[in-house]
Amino acid sequence: MNLALAPLLVPLATALLCVFAQGAPRLQRRISLGGAVVLFLCAAALLRQVAAHGPLRLTAGNWPWPFGIEFVADPLGAVLVLMAALMAMVCVLWQESDADAAPATPVLHPLLHGLVAGSCAAFLTADLFNLYVWFEVTLICALGLLAHGGALRQLDATLKYLALNLVGTLLLLAATALLYAATGQLNLAALGAAAARLDQAALLPLLGLLLIALLVKAAAFPFFAWLPASYHTLPAPVLALFSALLSKIGICALLRTFGGAFHMAPPLLFELLGWVALLSMVTGVLGAAYHWDLRRILVFHSISQVGYILLAIALDSRAGNAAAIFFTLHHSLVKAGLLLTAALICRQAGHYDLRRVGGLYAARPGLALAFLGFALALVGIPPFSGFWGKYLIVRECLAQGEYLWAGTALLVGGLTLYSMVKIWLEAFWKGHPEAGWQPPAAARLLPAQAGLAALALVTLGLGLCPELLTWLVTDAAAALQGGPP
Amino acid sequence: MIWAVAMATGTVIGVGLYLALSRDLLRCVIGLAVLGNGVNLMLFAAGRLGGSAPPVIGAGEAALGASANPLPQALVLTAIVISFALLCFSLALVLRIMQVGESDDVEALQSAEPPATDPVKPPLEESP
Repeated sequence: MNLALAPLLVPLATALLCVFAQGAPRLQRRISLGGAVVLFLCAAALLRQVAAHGPLRLTAGNWPWPFGIEFVADPLGAVLVLMAALMAMVCVLWQESDADAAPATPVLHPLLHGLVAGSCAAFLTADLFNLYVWFEVTLICALGLLAHGGALRQLDATLKYLALNLVGTLLLLAATALLYAATGQLNLAALGAAAARLDQAALLPLLGLLLIALLVKAAAFPFFAWLPASYHTLPAPVLALFSALLSKIGICALLRTFGGAFHMAPPLLFELLGWVALLSMVTGVLGAAYHWDLRRILVFHSISQVGYILLAIALDSRAGNAAAIFFTLHHSLVKAGLLLTAALICRQAGHYDLRRVGGLYAARPGLALAFLGFALALVGIPPFSGFWGKYLIVRECLAQGEYLWAGTALLVGGLTLYSMVKIWLEAFWKGHPEAGWQPPAAARLLPAQAGLAALALVTLGLGLCPELLTWLVTDAAAALQGGPP
Repeated sequence: MIWAVAMATGTVIGVGLYLALSRDLLRCVIGLAVLGNGVNLMLFAAGRLGGSAPPVIGAGEAALGASANPLPQALVLTAIVISFALLCFSLALVLRIMQVGESDDVEALQSAEPPATDPVKPPLEESP
């Protein structure tokens, strides 16, 4: 069997087994954790094989290129799948602890693995229509995860997520239809080659529509309203998984289209993308500065961090794409780590709102240390992964003479520091607002802490030896613009 | 003929947009479904209505005469199935929201993001 299909088949099979085990919650959790571990091992083997022997290709039905639906496990897809598998493992591990107050429901695990399957397939597919299908699969699973709590605020969040994301996928479908009508191709590499023969005036509206559709999915500046409206209603581990996967499938698609197949797109689109990125960075970080709820602060920071990734893609160069991939991986892990830390803060101090918590530095120094590490990584201070992510982006901005973009990226880093210092001062440094408050003594937190420690080790490891990843992302960026096999 | 299809597509998308922007929850969701069908029509028309060259012709085989490209029709089928599933889910969701929230006005749905009362600080939510 071709290993490129494993990241799709393993979570799908796990989801199915979890459905059958609905009556036995313990067994279901075992199956779920086992499936996540198998997925992680498959993803690691896939990445190893791809790094050693080049991209793996699989065409459905043995059709000649470019007619079959093609899966390509190139370095970009393989490394994102590995990230997704790690996050799935951490998320399922969290279900073993009592760190989150949300009650367990029998549909949680099947939907989780469905979401992972859809995301992994979206990371690997090389076909525009197939990409739409996987977007819809993740959308349906995400809707189930948002709604399964059943409280009014969760239903409200589901509706807003549904309406705005549905418009996004419809725009993607419309762009697919128009691109197919113009070129007769759906395979991304073939589409890129065919689009290069069209004249730029005809190409501009088609690619513009595609860009808008993917920006909705990536939660960029004017289209991000669905993200802060819905994410904070999720249970904490699911929220971490959402933030690591969902906007990243939009970004992966942007990298595959505008960073790869359509890198010859009209320069106007890249200029536009750069300004969208700038506005995302600024609005996201300002939105975060307003909020006091930990989850809302962190979710708004996601918009600002997506801006950095879009900025790197807008530079339209190999080094820019490599920086974008590095930053995507760094952001997925660090933001998930911060969201999980926030869940532990809530578990220990009793609330997500910063006005209701405090005193954790004295009571839980280990948690304070974990938060400090993730926060400094998000801001971009060495020795954590964020420093290298921002360094690569700013260096490429300066190399291309985009001083305004580079300056804004650094300024937004400063504003990010403001929010992180706010959390530090309110949650850790000041005393707890209730006199005589004691942190809950007995709690089964070990699995949660283990998951968090794994994420912390990865971000620290990437910060200390960035060359572990830089050669891989350089390979990935080079493979993006490679032509047909 | 393609003009008629183009007009129909435009009308359906316009109707869908109008309904989707409505304040009534049910209309909003039905509007999104109609919008989806408008996009499906667009996908259908992408294969052209009259004859065109089929995507694959084996060596020594003749192509069919005046037949439209079948691939977009297969794509439309996929898209219809997906949008139907989403429509079912969203109708159930709207029904539940109307039962729990006791209102079908989109403007009244503010429980996920409660409006600010203080000019500087966001509202404090009671439950974590």
